[in-house]
Formats: sequence, C-alpha cells, structure tokens
Amino acid sequence: MSNPQARPRRLAVAAGAAALLMITGCSGGGAGPQGAAPEFTGEYTGPEVTLSYWNGFTGGDGPFMQQMVDEFNAEHDNITVESNTMQWADFYQRLPAAVTAGEGPDVGVMHLDQLATMAARNVILPLDDLAGGLELTEDDFTEEVWDAAIYNDQRYGIPLDVHSLAMYYNTEHFAAAGITEAPTDEASFADALAKLKAAGYEQPFWMPSLWPAHLMELSLLWQFGGEPYSLDSPEATFDSEAGVQGLTWMRSMVDEGYSPSDVAADSQYIAFKNGETSITWDGIWQINDLTDSGLPFAAAPIPTIGDEPAVWANSHHFFLPRQDDEDKLAAAQVFIAWMSEHSGDWAGSGLIPARLSVRDSGVLDGMVQQTIAEQIDNMRFLPPIPGIGSVQVETLEIAVSSAVLGQQTPEEALSSAADEAAELMEENEAAFGG
Amino acid sequence: MVMTIERGVRDVSRAPRSRRGGVAHRLTPWFFLLPYLVLFGGFVVLPAVLGLWISLHRWDYTMPVQPFVGIENYIALFNPESRTSGLFWNSMRATGIFTLFSVPLLLVIPLGVALLMNRKFPGRNFFRAIYFAPYVLGVAVIGVMWRYLLDNNIGLVNYMLGTVGLPDDTAWTTSVPAAWVALVGVTVWWTLGYNSVIYLAALQDVPAELYEAAKVDGANKWQQFVHVTLPGLRPILSFVTIITLIASANMFGQSYLMTEGGPGRETRTAIYQIAETGLRNFQMGSAAAMSYVLTLFLIVLSVIVFWLFRERKEKQVSTREAQR
Repeated sequence: MSNPQARPRRLAVAAGAAALLMITGCSGGGAGPQGAAPEFTGEYTGPEVTLSYWNGFTGGDGPFMQQMVDEFNAEHDNITVESNTMQWADFYQRLPAAVTAGEGPDVGVMHLDQLATMAARNVILPLDDLAGGLELTEDDFTEEVWDAAIYNDQRYGIPLDVHSLAMYYNTEHFAAAGITEAPTDEASFADALAKLKAAGYEQPFWMPSLWPAHLMELSLLWQFGGEPYSLDSPEATFDSEAGVQGLTWMRSMVDEGYSPSDVAADSQYIAFKNGETSITWDGIWQINDLTDSGLPFAAAPIPTIGDEPAVWANSHHFFLPRQDDEDKLAAAQVFIAWMSEHSGDWAGSGLIPARLSVRDSGVLDGMVQQTIAEQIDNMRFLPPIPGIGSVQVETLEIAVSSAVLGQQTPEEALSSAADEAAELMEENEAAFGG
Repeated sequence: MVMTIERGVRDVSRAPRSRRGGVAHRLTPWFFLLPYLVLFGGFVVLPAVLGLWISLHRWDYTMPVQPFVGIENYIALFNPESRTSGLFWNSMRATGIFTLFSVPLLLVIPLGVALLMNRKFPGRNFFRAIYFAPYVLGVAVIGVMWRYLLDNNIGLVNYMLGTVGLPDDTAWTTSVPAAWVALVGVTVWWTLGYNSVIYLAALQDVPAELYEAAKVDGANKWQQFVHVTLPGLRPILSFVTIITLIASANMFGQSYLMTEGGPGRETRTAIYQIAETGLRNFQMGSAAAMSYVLTLFLIVLSVIVFWLFRERKEKQVSTREAQR
C-alpha cells in the first residue's frame, strides 16, 4: 500500500535533484570553453553549410546588404548565407543570450564600440589569423577604427565601413530661401535658419528628443573640445563645460522657435521626409531611404557649432560568434573575407568603406556621402570600454532627452547622469576585471 | 536503476490481479494530470525556484562565474541610497499609477459594453466583433500605430483635435500626465473587448426569471441592474478584477513602444525596469529580486481582492438572514 504513495514523493525528490543539478551546472559553466576560429585558408571546401548571419541594417542600408548576400550565395555553391536583420538595440540584447545558449548566429556585424563588451563577455572569437590572411594592415585604416577592435591584444573585428552623422537639407527649401551653400559653422547655420524662417519655413530644424539626439550631443561635445568618457578611470565626463554647451545649443533651437517642442521618436525624420522641416541631422545610413523617397535633398558634413570640426561616427565590424562547428567557422571566415574584399560595393549602401585604399579607388565619386567621407579625419568614435553601450543608453540618452524636452536644465541633466554613469562604469570594471 | 525496474516488474507479475488494478486505478488521475503537470513544473515551478536562486547571486549569464551574494540584491532594493532602489521604486510608482487608472476603467467600461451587447438589436454580432477586434492585435501593432497617431507634431490625433477647435499641441508621448492619459486610453481601447466577452458570458448566465420576478415586483431598469445583474456577476467580478489587476501591473509593451519609458523614466514600468536590468544590462540577479518584490505586491493585492469580494458576500447573507 505504501509503495504507490511513496512514488510521487520519490519523483518529487528526483525532480528537485535534477533542478539543483541544472542550477549548479548553470552557475558553474555559462561561458564554456574558450573556442578559437580554425586557420583561415582563403576558401571553403567542406560539406554544404547554411550560415545564419545577424545584422542590424534596418535603415536604407538593409536592402543593399541583402543584395550583396545574394551575390555571395550565387558565387558559392557550398555556402548559403541567411540574413536575419533586427534593430541594433535588440541585437545587442539577444546576441549574448543566443550565443550562451548555443543558438547564436554563425557570423554577424556589430558596431566598433560593442566589440570590447562582447569580447569581454566571451561572445565573440579573436580573428587575428583572418586579418593576417586578408593582409589587412593598420595603415589602411583610421587609427581609432583599427585599434577599437583590439581587446586584450587580440583582434575581434574586421572593419567594413565607417559611418557618421550628416546634415541633410531640403534643396527646394534652401533655393526658396536663397541659400546657395550648405552652412558650415554656427554663424552660417544660424543665418540659414533665419532665412528659412523668413521664407515661410516656420520650423526649419526639428530637434529630436530621442534617437539620434545623443549622437548630436556627442558631436557637439567633441566640437567644443570635450571627451564623453575618461579612459583612465571609470568616470563619465560628458557633464563637462563642453557637454553643457552642446546640449544648451540643442535646447536653444526649441527656445528660439526653430523647432517645435516635444519632438517624439522619429518624428523629426518623418517631418523631413514629408518636407515639413528643412534640415535634419541623421546618420548617413539613411541616404538610400531618402533617395528612394524622391525628396529633393542633399547631404553635407554637420556644421561646426563649437570650436573645431568633429562629428560622431561609428564603424561596422564583422565578427565570429563563439561556436564549435569547425565547418561553419571556416565558411564564415570565407564570407567575411569576401565582404571585406567587396567593401567598395558597400559604398552603394550610403556608408563609407573603412579601407583607405578602397576609399581612394574612386568608389565614392559622385556618391551622396562623398563630401562626408572627405571629413573622415574629423570623425570621432566612442572609446572601446567594455559595457559602455548600455551605460550610455541608461544615462546620456536620458539626460539629453530630458534637457531637449525642457524638463531639466542641461547642467542638471548631465551632471546627475554622469554620476550614474560613473557608478555603472565602476560596476562594469569590477565585472569585466578592469 | 536496473535492479529497481526488475524488482518492480517481478512485483507486478506476482501481485494479485485486484491489487494491480488498484495501483493502475490510483495512478489514472496522475496520468491525466501529467501533461499539465509537466508544463506547470517546467514553465512555472522550475523557473520560479531558479529565479529565487538567481536573485541570490550577481548573475550575469555571459560571464564565467556568478558570485553568490546572499540577499544583497534585495537589500539594494530597499536601500534608499542605492541607484537600483531609486530606479526600481520609480518604476513601481509608474506601474502603480497605470494600474490605479486603468483597472477601474477596464472594469466599468467593458461592463457597459457588455450590457449594450446583451440587448437585442440588428447587427449585434457585428458590433460584438468590432469591440473585440483590437484585442486580436499584438502589442507591437497597437504600440507602433498609436505612437504615430499620438505624435504631438505629426500625429492624426492632435490634427483631429485641432480641426474641432480643441487644443492641438498636447504632447501625448513626451510629457506627463498626457503620456499616462495616452497609455491608459490606448490600453483600455485595446483590451476592453476581452473583459466585455467575459462579462457578456456571465450576463447570459443570469436567469431570465429573476428579471421577470423583479419586474413583477415593480423594479425599474436601474433597480434591476443593482439587485439582479450585479449580484449575478459577483463571482465573475472578482475573477475579472484580479486578471485585470495583474495584466495592468504587468504593463510593458505599450510604454516600451509608445513612450520609450519617457519623458525621462516617468513611464518606465516595473516590468520595463526588470527587462532593462536583466536583459539589457545582464544583471539577472537584481532583476530577479525585483520580480520577486513585484510578485509579492501582486499576491498581497490578489488576496485583498479575494477577501473584499468574499467579505461583501457574507455581509449580504447575514443581512438577508437578519431581514428574515
């Protein structure tokens, strides 16, 4: 009689033990063994593989990337690349989880300022061998782009492009207002806004409160001679005089009536596309989208509001996620190599090839981004501090938003955000071992 | 293991028929329950236990070690000095505000809709479908759609308000309290169909004789509603209240998509904060601790609701008895 009753209890004990095993298994492992990419031979001769390729090209650059992937697939019989495109914010959230669970992609593209974070989290593999095989050398790249992919003396990314903010303007509005040249400094920018207003374009420069507002603030901060983060200590310095000057200028666009107040997510870009506003600052990845919309527009480097020309920029890098499948790793390297060699074609996406030799080969002649590419020496990149991406989302972005909405003064918003950032950076330093 | 099985087999083969039948008989209900128990164990019990365990660690699942920190994560939540506690209680406040305003509306408006839909009129099924339709849409669809409709500079809502002479510059997604009005309004529009359907089903269960008897007693429409309809709905009411309460307290998608938690962090709800902490910043330990505190709040609230509804019932019984 007692036997059947005891059985459920025994089952429960067994289930409990299994759960405990799982728990201890999880807390012990997590990262697993440190993988390594197999030697790069230049071609892939193994069995047919399908590579899952993750990227965040959701803008005007997305369709172009797909076109290049199709081309690669057509040229390679035994490799099929399947792209999976998602928002970058989701991408950085999903990638570590997926790789840790063994469900990650086989190859992907990420931003330069995320490489250190992902390397520290043991999500991606070193690629020194591949970089050597591709004969990539330091003097072919901007120093910051080349160096940012190195973490603990190993290279984790193969640079594809650089991309920065640009100033887009409606050429019809400019012609109607009698502006013949794109403004380049604070005086000519103010002059252009006044002329546009006089010509009946009441709110010529909508100031976003969300994306890409913090990229504008970073650009202005660098222009005023500041640095957003300290490289020596876990400290945010975006609340410096330069940061406050930049944010004050942004808010002044609202106060002076050049922008409506409370510009919500994306509406400045939609307003620009609809011809409701005359100027907007956005990434060069939007070039194809604007071209397709049929809007009469032109692009120019963002004007120097501060003391020296500077603009926020970032760079897309190919990476290999940690995994065990040797065939896939080998095939993925062939894909990266092909993409790197075709980075001249990638100029068609609106972005700027990372390699100097490719840029100088004439691929940018007549492209919308040509004038912006000429300013490559003024491009500034976030420092490769592990965890900096999520710190910025939680601090600088919220501060910029509050100040542009007029809920806090730029000083207040930035200084409290900088305190928070320092706290988070200290936590990160402890977690990543400095 | 092998030995146990063999012994088991031998036991079974030697056991008298009646006893074997008894064992099978006793196990039958468990077999019926098994599919659900497996799901319940795998997706509710195990995660809940694992979550508790995680909340006692500094748990970043991408790192090789997860140091045990005891109840440090909980202490941080209740230490007013710490950054986490500021963020968490701010988000709990946001959840509280949302729940406070959305729950009463989601209890009353669907009841009105259900009463209307319970009457006989041409095109009734069409209207029933219309009211339920928004609920079919996912939060991503309604979130993105309303974000554009409510945009204060380019949105249709402000444009329409302007054409009828109302203020057309309300910042629905970038200022409070307007953002709360928008979030509550959209949620009510989106989910009222669900509660309406439950109410409607309950209304159809109220016996028609009771209404007839009330009419005979000379009760007007309002008296019929108060003395027949509401008591008939009481059991369903406590169920609807609790699921609405829990759904509102779990609000995430609407503010994630429509306001991005803004302005600042004003509309960042508890679930939003938990997702940011655990999934974006990889602090699963802290996020798990937050989840448990939120859960505790919800349990207490649910118990209060159950207690409230039971209490009233007893009172009524006793008053009725007193009248006798």
